[in-house]
Amino acid sequence: MIQKVDNAVNFETDTHILVMEKLCKSYQLGSVELRVLREIDLAITSGEYVAIMGPSGSGKSTLLNLIGCLDRPTSGDYILGGQSVSMLDDDELSMIRGRRIGFVFQSFNLINQLNIVENIQVPMYYQSFTEHESAERARELATLVGLGDRMKHRPSELSGGQQQRVAIARALANDPLIILADEPTGNLDSASGAEILAILNNLHDQGKTLIAVTHDEGIAEGAERIIRLLDGRIQRQEYNKR
Amino acid sequence: MFLFRFKRTIELGVKSLWMHRLRSTLTTLGIIFGVSSVIAMLAIGEGASRDAQEKIAQLGSHNIIIKTVKPPEEQTAGGQQQTLQEYGLTYADAERFRNAIPDVQVIVPNRRVSQQAQYRIHRIAVEVVGTVPWYTEISQVRVKFGRFLSSTDMHYKQGVCVIEERLVKELFGFDNPLGQDVKIASDYYRVVGITTEQARTQVAGSFEEKDATGAKKSGANLGGIYIPLTTVRDRFGEMSLQITSGTRNIEKVELQEIIVKVRNIDQVLGTRQSVQTLMNRFHKKNDYEITVPLELMRRAKEFQRIFTIVLGSIAAISLLVGGIGIMNIMLATVSERTREIGIRRALGAKKRDIIFQFLSETLILTLFGGILGIILGSSIPFMVTHFSQMRTVISVASLLLAFGISAGVGITFGLYPAYRAANMDPIESLRHE
Repeated sequence: MIQKVDNAVNFETDTHILVMEKLCKSYQLGSVELRVLREIDLAITSGEYVAIMGPSGSGKSTLLNLIGCLDRPTSGDYILGGQSVSMLDDDELSMIRGRRIGFVFQSFNLINQLNIVENIQVPMYYQSFTEHESAERARELATLVGLGDRMKHRPSELSGGQQQRVAIARALANDPLIILADEPTGNLDSASGAEILAILNNLHDQGKTLIAVTHDEGIAEGAERIIRLLDGRIQRQEYNKR
Repeated sequence: MFLFRFKRTIELGVKSLWMHRLRSTLTTLGIIFGVSSVIAMLAIGEGASRDAQEKIAQLGSHNIIIKTVKPPEEQTAGGQQQTLQEYGLTYADAERFRNAIPDVQVIVPNRRVSQQAQYRIHRIAVEVVGTVPWYTEISQVRVKFGRFLSSTDMHYKQGVCVIEERLVKELFGFDNPLGQDVKIASDYYRVVGITTEQARTQVAGSFEEKDATGAKKSGANLGGIYIPLTTVRDRFGEMSLQITSGTRNIEKVELQEIIVKVRNIDQVLGTRQSVQTLMNRFHKKNDYEITVPLELMRRAKEFQRIFTIVLGSIAAISLLVGGIGIMNIMLATVSERTREIGIRRALGAKKRDIIFQFLSETLILTLFGGILGIILGSSIPFMVTHFSQMRTVISVASLLLAFGISAGVGITFGLYPAYRAANMDPIESLRHE
């Protein structure tokens, strides 16, 4: 069952970009085993917009970390883009994160010493881009999220909404399979939040696969599918009609 | 691509160091002082040892020098009356060396007398050296103008002399000394040559001249006038009268020194044994002293080695302290930038990318410190030479060593913080505030 497949995704035979089979994650706290995720079965197709919701403690963040390849499951299998990633080592996981996942965080997580273009360049920096290519692409992306006139600014000189837009541009840098957003509007006022939602919806319309962990019903409404977690299990899945 | 990454890492390193200028400067100070002390100490040590070695080399590495010394027991037993002391090396000794020791190339017997030399109104204290024509073979003395003493001079006990270059100006002013007559004691000697010391002029620098004037003031190291040994024996005799605190001492000394030069450098120590044996047999009193420059040179080298080790370890300790300072700061930097590390890890940085990033920051710091240290370290010896008139030698090897050490310190003390940064859990570090 577990085997390394070639990096390329075969969309003709398998439209599932992400498959989780009986995925479990537990932490050892002293002598107590804390089971955070219990046998998660999940399949997400390319181009889907999925919202993961649930009360705190339901295992949302852990699931997000697993999807983002920041963590390894205790058991079960996780296949991302046709490649099993549950048994990869640290370097290979870093590679997958860089190439296949685009992160958007609640607190933006930009690097303050770098300007906007340089921040967008960071993911490309760890891949095989030349300096010129990456700078070019970073400028394009900055323009795409509407920050073409702020390219030399520092993150601290921008508003929250603008910072999150930079983060989205950064997430797009390596043209990932999945854009993974963790409460993308959580630190924003409603106006900026709406802007971000619009950008996300726009990306979805362009065919990007989006997975968002959120409390925000606004995001949930925009999503095609809502996965509700409770106590480490998928409680139910809802499909929004469009 | 790699070049881009490398360039970026360096840029980022410089940038983040620049953001904490004061901190970076203070941290670098440790390395600056460490490196400069390594260089300065090695330069001082090297200078001292070269000085010693050159002085010894002037004595000649193939030479064995036997010198007359006043036997100690006679000094106390002198009593109140007039005494005649007869001691020291003799012509017979020189003859015996020639006959008994096989590996000898030349034997130079010397008689040295302190005298006043006078030319017109100039009068200075000199050391009259009664010697033989082949004196030049065992010393660094070379003829600059005219000629050295000849065997004809020896045979006919001519009243000729060869003077050292440094006496020329004092004695003759601007006159050409060749062909002039110098009055020494009660006789006149015609100057036939001027000598210079080969080794000295080569190593000289401004400092060496200062040394010469300093020595002149203290009265030691008088300039020499070379006169044929036979002439000296004839005109000055072998007796000398000393009147000290009412006692009159008459001393009879034939030769002040005999210098034996062997053909091959590995015959030096063996020949020294033979000389010792011969001298023991014919000299009941302990009125001589044997000096072997080769042995001195070996001892000087050994001393230099110890000296270098001691100085080196002191400097190494200061570098160690500097290195610990750097490690401390880097650990602080790493924990300050935990979140950035988390972000980079999430965006695809491998552990080794993070290690590289922090290691290069440490390296920039230490190499920068190393370069400043080298600049400072190479200026310290100049100041030492200027103010204390000690000789210093900065070798290229010591500069390379210091630079290598600072890079080594950077890697050694940068590796652990970088390793720690790389091994942080990305999830934890993303959550870090």
